[in-house]
Amino acid sequence: MAKQRLRQPTVSVTPEQYKSLAQQYTPKPTIIKNVVRAFVVGGLICAIGQVITNLFAAVGLARVEASAAATAMMIFLGALLTGLGVYDEIGKFGGAGSIVPVTGFANSIVAPAMEFKREGYILGVGSKLFTIAGPVLVYGIATSIVIGIVYSFLH
Amino acid sequence: MGNQTVVFDNPPVILSSYSVVGPKEGQGPLGKTFSKVWNDQLNGEKSWEVAESKMLQEAMQGAIDQAGIPKDQIDVMLAGDLLNQLISTNFAARQIALPLIGIYGACSTMALSMAVGSMLIDGGFAENVLVGVSSHHDTAERQFRAPTEQGTQRPMSAQWTVTGAGSVLLGRTGAGPRITSATIGRVIDFEQKDANNMGSAMAPAVADTLVNHFHDLQRKPAEYDMVVSGDLGAVGLALAGEVLKQSGIDMGTKFTDCGVMIFDASQDVHAGASGCGCSSVVFAGEIMQKIKMGELKRVLLVGSGALHSPTSALQGESIPGIGHAVVIEA
Repeated sequence: MAKQRLRQPTVSVTPEQYKSLAQQYTPKPTIIKNVVRAFVVGGLICAIGQVITNLFAAVGLARVEASAAATAMMIFLGALLTGLGVYDEIGKFGGAGSIVPVTGFANSIVAPAMEFKREGYILGVGSKLFTIAGPVLVYGIATSIVIGIVYSFLH
Repeated sequence: MGNQTVVFDNPPVILSSYSVVGPKEGQGPLGKTFSKVWNDQLNGEKSWEVAESKMLQEAMQGAIDQAGIPKDQIDVMLAGDLLNQLISTNFAARQIALPLIGIYGACSTMALSMAVGSMLIDGGFAENVLVGVSSHHDTAERQFRAPTEQGTQRPMSAQWTVTGAGSVLLGRTGAGPRITSATIGRVIDFEQKDANNMGSAMAPAVADTLVNHFHDLQRKPAEYDMVVSGDLGAVGLALAGEVLKQSGIDMGTKFTDCGVMIFDASQDVHAGASGCGCSSVVFAGEIMQKIKMGELKRVLLVGSGALHSPTSALQGESIPGIGHAVVIEA
């Protein structure tokens, strides 16, 4: 904490008063607009995923295999759109709607890969690849281990 | 004079000014006031960092050429940028090859360098001083925030780092506007923590510097044709105005901000611009032009800096701010 003691003259607003002033002057996030956009974009991405799943199923893949193939397809599309410089525009519009689906995960890996290529393949791409996705992987895997242990005790 | 202000006995002259900006800045309302606009963010270089350093070099060379002063008559250059270890500055200085004092004042670097340069000249330590300051949207973005292709939404209070480099050449003698006084700011921390709302972190520091400036010189805001902060943005500018009002200083209608001036609402930058390139190109472009045309007689430029790093932010530290002021008179 700062706890500054300033020689006079200075502003006659205390940090506490300033906090509420700052809140008052900071524009509120446009929550309703964001939620609606996230719903539409997220829904669209999932609908595309469902269409791809159905197509795979139609050409004879079993249900589990079709959804796995569709996931791979969506990851590919997310990566491709990131590479083409389109996904960050979708993200700006769709917010959580484009971050939560698997395409958003692909974006969070491909974006650093493109960004850090200039620092080389080992210490650039290699070490920075998971700067965004890393926390998701760490806590996702950790949670699945904990749940796995709990599950094994219950059965 | 007073606590924080120096008044120059022999006010240094701004002999020339030169600005180079990226495409987005070129499309903005001040586009025509810049000396040079790049067509893209890389301008043919292999990385954004190299591009930024080249941009700074171009701006400084531009200021030297415009003044028509031989390079060996320039005693020292004061320069700064936002990147770790001042790489844009140091790599640009490698090419310009003048004695260098690297300066870091975050986004207040332009005003700070002009103040220090004026002190060097008025103190008799230099005849001519070259000042150059740059920032680049993409280099700043990847150092302070996230990869540029990452699909995220920026909050409405966020500001857009300017891609631009501005340079001025200060001299002891010659024709041009003069820097008559400077107020060096204190680091002020009102415990703001949101790196997406830097205007609100810097506003108290700018207000404190202005309070002291007016107190030290016994002046009022109305005695200036323009009081312009570096990069408070729309949110910070309104906050600084409010804080000053509550401290008994009415800024009137001539209080504005380089970060508000450089982009317009259609450019999707939310609260305005930031970065030390912001005040350097707006000063070297628009403001110098207006001073030369006689539209502005006395301008107070208050550079505003947010003194945090990605590490300090992650460790939960608040964002200290600083404001440095220089008075430019036609």
